[in-house]
Amino acid sequence: MGKYFCKRVVSAIPLLLVISFVVFMFIHMIPGDPARMIAGQDATKEDVEVVREQLGLNDPLLVQYGNYMKGLFTGDLGDSVKNGKTVVETIAPRMKPTIMLTISAMIWATIIGIALGIISAVFHGRSLDYIGMIIAISGISVPSFWLGLELIQGFSVALNWLPTGGLDSWQSYILPSLTMGAGIMAVLGRFTRSTMLETMREDYVRTARAKGLKETLVVMRHAFKNSLIEIITVAGLQIGGLLSGSVMAETVFSIPGLGRLLVDSINFRDYKVVQALLLFFAAEYIVINLIVDVLYGVINPKIRYN
Amino acid sequence: MAQTNTNLDQNKFAAAEELPKAQSKVKEFTKKFMKRKTAVVSLIFILFIILMAIIAPFVVPYAPDQPDYTALLQGPSAAHIWGTDEFGQDVFSRLMVGSRLSLSCALIATVIGTAGGVVLGLIAGFYGGFVDSLIMRCCDVLFAFPDILLAIAVVAIIGPGMVNVMIAVAVFTVPSFARIIRSATISVKQSLYVEVARSLGCKNSRILFVHVFPGTIQSMIVNFTMRIGTAILAASSLSFLGFGANVTEPDWGAMLSLGRNYLNTAPHMVLFPGILIFLTVLAFNLLGDGLRDTLDPKMN
Amino acid sequence: MAEKLLEVKNLRTEFKRDKTWVTAVNNVSFSINRGEILGLVGESGCGKSVTSLSVMRLLARNSKISNGEVILNGTDLLKEDKKGMRNIRGREVAMIFQEPMNSLNPCMKIEKQLTEAILLHNDFSKEQAHQRAFDVLKSVGIPEPEMTLKSYPHQLSGGMCQRVMIAMAMSCEPELLIADEPTTALDVTIQAQILELMEEIREKKNTGILMITHDLGVVAEMCSRVVVMYAGRIVEEAPVKELFAAPKHPYTQGLIASVPKLGSGVESLPSIPGSVPDLSVMPKGCKFAPRCKYATDICREKEPELEVVNGIHKCRCHHFKELGKEA
Repeated sequence: MGKYFCKRVVSAIPLLLVISFVVFMFIHMIPGDPARMIAGQDATKEDVEVVREQLGLNDPLLVQYGNYMKGLFTGDLGDSVKNGKTVVETIAPRMKPTIMLTISAMIWATIIGIALGIISAVFHGRSLDYIGMIIAISGISVPSFWLGLELIQGFSVALNWLPTGGLDSWQSYILPSLTMGAGIMAVLGRFTRSTMLETMREDYVRTARAKGLKETLVVMRHAFKNSLIEIITVAGLQIGGLLSGSVMAETVFSIPGLGRLLVDSINFRDYKVVQALLLFFAAEYIVINLIVDVLYGVINPKIRYN
Repeated sequence: MAQTNTNLDQNKFAAAEELPKAQSKVKEFTKKFMKRKTAVVSLIFILFIILMAIIAPFVVPYAPDQPDYTALLQGPSAAHIWGTDEFGQDVFSRLMVGSRLSLSCALIATVIGTAGGVVLGLIAGFYGGFVDSLIMRCCDVLFAFPDILLAIAVVAIIGPGMVNVMIAVAVFTVPSFARIIRSATISVKQSLYVEVARSLGCKNSRILFVHVFPGTIQSMIVNFTMRIGTAILAASSLSFLGFGANVTEPDWGAMLSLGRNYLNTAPHMVLFPGILIFLTVLAFNLLGDGLRDTLDPKMN
Repeated sequence: MAEKLLEVKNLRTEFKRDKTWVTAVNNVSFSINRGEILGLVGESGCGKSVTSLSVMRLLARNSKISNGEVILNGTDLLKEDKKGMRNIRGREVAMIFQEPMNSLNPCMKIEKQLTEAILLHNDFSKEQAHQRAFDVLKSVGIPEPEMTLKSYPHQLSGGMCQRVMIAMAMSCEPELLIADEPTTALDVTIQAQILELMEEIREKKNTGILMITHDLGVVAEMCSRVVVMYAGRIVEEAPVKELFAAPKHPYTQGLIASVPKLGSGVESLPSIPGSVPDLSVMPKGCKFAPRCKYATDICREKEPELEVVNGIHKCRCHHFKELGKEA
């Protein structure tokens, strides 16, 4: 078990290094002159030079990379050209809204998605199954930004029950997290249903019934618990993508989070911020995948006890 | 012990009769497919939308860029079944003409991404070793970014515009295809390898494309269909964020982005583009599901 | 004095395939006495497993029992409601299956699986349940019960798993045990041990056992009476010695003849030509006729009745009087 854990962690490290390099190269992959793009079309040559010096683009590539990596470890990610603050100062206050939103979306989407999948599997072939699957496939087909807008239209404008944006109260979380969670709920619903259908066909489920166990317990204690391993893996992967999926919800609901910061920074050519955000999102995704992998090893007795 | 031994003989004859008849396979497939009504309806809808994309400019009631300053921001009516926008342009006509933009962008992007992924997957699976590792590591890097993020990153580098959106969507389509094709190639390769070793003089590339590739088609078809749906969503998301088409273009995502400004006063400007995107993606997903069920031997 | 434990009368089970109903078990009747082992023999697909699942009422949702009675200890199981059946399963009748490794939940410790069964039918405390689990594991010959209790199924061998299954089945002291191919997936030496264990259980607890198998060797060793099934019907029923000495049905004769015998010096193994017909395209008349070398016109026209031969021997064949060997 310890070996499994170490193997997973060790394999993630080179990936993280490569990712950091790719993100570093980001600025250099931009066609044209990034310094000029930041300084503006009608900036003088001197102004462009200042920006170039600021970005450190005059140093040889290796030195730049060295500084970049050093900066990563010391927490110095450069300065934002838009507001003059450091990148870290720009990003930090936006983290809480995004994380809160992600967690609230994650909670409802996982619970509802799994419940939907279980119900569909148990009532396989009957109306509840079809209804459940229609809901699920709609969830993955609907454009999340449109869903958000229609939710605003319905609940904020027409019914006036919930705020249209911002994050002032707990009610502000409802619509955005619904928007963010729809896709995940759908994916989890479909996946839960297919794993459950497989598990319920296994021999040990038949044994459980032969013992005289109540059907609800047969489904939950035997079939579902065994499907849980796979479900958690998929859920974990989805959640990893949630953080960056916040881009759409934050844009629609005007929430000052990381997603919207990314979009704004791209529009303002605030490349240092963009770099930092890309790195953050990618690293977070990799780390969550790693956690899910390890969790899988812990829960699955076949791996744990070998 | 009480099994009959001549079962084996019978099966040998049965197998000989089933030797590939490509036409009957296609017929069988069509018959099974026709049984799934949702898949058939989805296919019809998709064909209709594609038809629209082709002939729309000639059949729509209004020109897509024909302003009518007497009928600004009007809701659905007899004259304008889906209402008008802030320039008095007919929403329905714009959407139908816009299907050209949105669909072609998604289709081309998926085709390019699939082609790239297929080539990479075939090469990686067939040659194995260093080439395989290299390609798979690159895919891992691409996989390290969630879908939308990767597309946004690509657009951040190469700039906005429909063509760039196409490239971005193609880029994040590549790794998933590469992986699928690679594993299909590996399993096909393992079964054919003995034959290949015997039939000397057959160039590797020929084996690759003539023998290995057809075996992977099944896994590809379903994924391809569902990826088109993903591509439409991604492209319209990028357009909505302002990274895609110009807002004056009748691209579905761009229209939604514009309509957002008038959500209170003219909700139809958001409703109809959104419904259209939703239904189209839904159709592709249902079609993909139907194809998967039809092709799955366990279900029949 | 033989006491009737289970009586199955005219059981008919159908299942839905492609929108039509197909009969898997057709008019099957048999009985088992206390402390008796009845063998249910036949090829794959003859309906023996479906019969046992019908008795337990563990059929899939696309199946139905359309006719018959299943009387266990005076109660017709087919008339019981869901709650009633749940009470009976595990407590009055228990079942063990073919693949012991797959029949145990891979993610649950053995202890949990055993105590689950025990607590379902007994008002025990956790400690009492644990003790019963320990005792029952010991009684099936598991050398270190405590360690086994703390293990997961994948840590045990096939034979151990089947012992655990038997322990679980017997933990609430059922009067009837249904064993569906219990030794088919096990090594020959382990097979012998498991069969010995089952015989021990029969003797000590006077349990009636329905032994489902396709292995005539198992039948010869364990069963006191045998029922032979083909295409969902009983084609022969007899005490075991009589069946082997004087089989009356051509199918039974073929089965027995195809068992390899040491020292017989025969080059090729005799086999029954053809295969079991698909359930939806059953031939008219005797279902075995297409494969029977003695089939005549009447065999192809009219299905034979199950006739009693000499009080204890039954056969379903038009010609058994001429064909059947004499004891």
